[in-house]
Amino acid sequence: MALPAHANGSSRAVHPPEAPTVWGKLMEHRPALWRAASVGLFFLAWEIAGRVPISYAFPTFLETLRAFVAMLLDGSLLAAYGQTLQPLVIGIAVSALLGVGLGIVMGLSRFAEWLVAPVFIVLQAAPMAALIPLITFVYGIGLLAKTLAVIMLALPVIALNGYKAVRNANPSLVAMCRSFQGTRWQTVTRVIIPDASPVIFAGLRLGLAAGFIGVILAELLITPTGIGDLITYHRSVADYPEMYAAVVSIILVSTLTLAALEAFELRVLRPEKRTS
Amino acid sequence: MEALRGIDLDFPTGRLTTLLGPSGCGKTTLLKIIAGLIPASAGEVRVNGRVVTGPGPERAFVFQDFALMPWATVLRNVAFGLELKGMGKDERQSIARRYIAEVGLSGFENKYPHELSGGMRQRVGLARAFAVNADVLLLDEPFSAVDEQNRRKFQEDLLRLVALEKKTFIFVTHSIEEAVYCSDRIVILSRRPGRVAEIIEPQIDRSAPPDAIRRDQGYLDTVEEIWQGLKRYVD
Repeated sequence: MALPAHANGSSRAVHPPEAPTVWGKLMEHRPALWRAASVGLFFLAWEIAGRVPISYAFPTFLETLRAFVAMLLDGSLLAAYGQTLQPLVIGIAVSALLGVGLGIVMGLSRFAEWLVAPVFIVLQAAPMAALIPLITFVYGIGLLAKTLAVIMLALPVIALNGYKAVRNANPSLVAMCRSFQGTRWQTVTRVIIPDASPVIFAGLRLGLAAGFIGVILAELLITPTGIGDLITYHRSVADYPEMYAAVVSIILVSTLTLAALEAFELRVLRPEKRTS
Repeated sequence: MEALRGIDLDFPTGRLTTLLGPSGCGKTTLLKIIAGLIPASAGEVRVNGRVVTGPGPERAFVFQDFALMPWATVLRNVAFGLELKGMGKDERQSIARRYIAEVGLSGFENKYPHELSGGMRQRVGLARAFAVNADVLLLDEPFSAVDEQNRRKFQEDLLRLVALEKKTFIFVTHSIEEAVYCSDRIVILSRRPGRVAEIIEPQIDRSAPPDAIRRDQGYLDTVEEIWQGLKRYVD
């Protein structure tokens, strides 16, 4: 926490040291506190909007929470995630491996860039929801089609970020590695990839978020399974609290997964960011 | 674009030679050609009589922007040249520790570059170049990104290290005072395309304390002489 420059050691210090009060302790955790307050405020607004009500299809926060707990207890939510996560996990794993690999190759080789980059630039610009029916024509309605939907959304952003990260690796560090007679392989593995890793990881985070979009789109547009099925089914029978609970749960899972990925990156790849 | 023309220089062993000149005269280009980082369009570079192309183990480079890996500790950065050669971890770390101490950074082995000041970061860069035990050290404006007070202290330390390490130092700077203070020989390059305009050997008693050197009449006269020569290149 930032202190005023004169707070310590000066006779003109404004804040004399005092015993930590409850308020002082609360202030120490201020960012977390504000975050909790912001979420709380959102739920409050939701509750009020649900009670007004702005629409009969819009449940209150507490109704949704009740439905969420009920779905969690009767196992329907877990079963749905068991289905939804399959294409998501496979698709993200394939996209991450293929995307980072292709991105690095494109960043290192002008030829590969010329060959591969335009495909991803077009794919990134294309409205994917319009392409999903095409996938159905070719690959049917099974796991493969849904996995492909995830890959189509996640792969371009991962590959293009990896490519930009590697292409923009600090030229001074590359020259340093060369001046100490590092081989091309050493330059790539010990300097270029570590230097590119924050941007590569930013791409993975974006790719993961896109993968969530892809899997939900697939479950809504191809055949209803998993969370997509919960949303579609509860909407069709007008169980709006259950439908909202399913929507909120996928947002929650997506957010937590992204936060976990970020924590993993800080812990494993950028040790210098942890201190301070 | 022609950066340099007709450069024929020799750099005596164990001395510090400075390349000095107006900005854009190609002094950094010349240093990078010597380092093997830039290919020369003509001519050759010989180290200990052998023609060299590309970087080699007998030369080590100190970068203007330090070129430290932000994700690596001071210890790993200093040992990086040895790491690339495939030396074992214990061996290279003990060598790195010795040079970290020599440049005055003991106790900072496990810090990361962003936790150090500019002057300290360049000390890491210098220690990394020392650690590979090259015969020739190439320093590309090593103090230009270091603040004035740290630069003075660093210049004094550099003189001590030149005496201690007995290596050939080739030093690029645009500061006349720095060149005269540190060098045994000063090569003055003319404007692009750079040519050798003059070679000056300052006659200064290096054993004197730093403050005495900065007040020495020979030091002041040499600075003035070089300035008079370079003045015409400044717009």
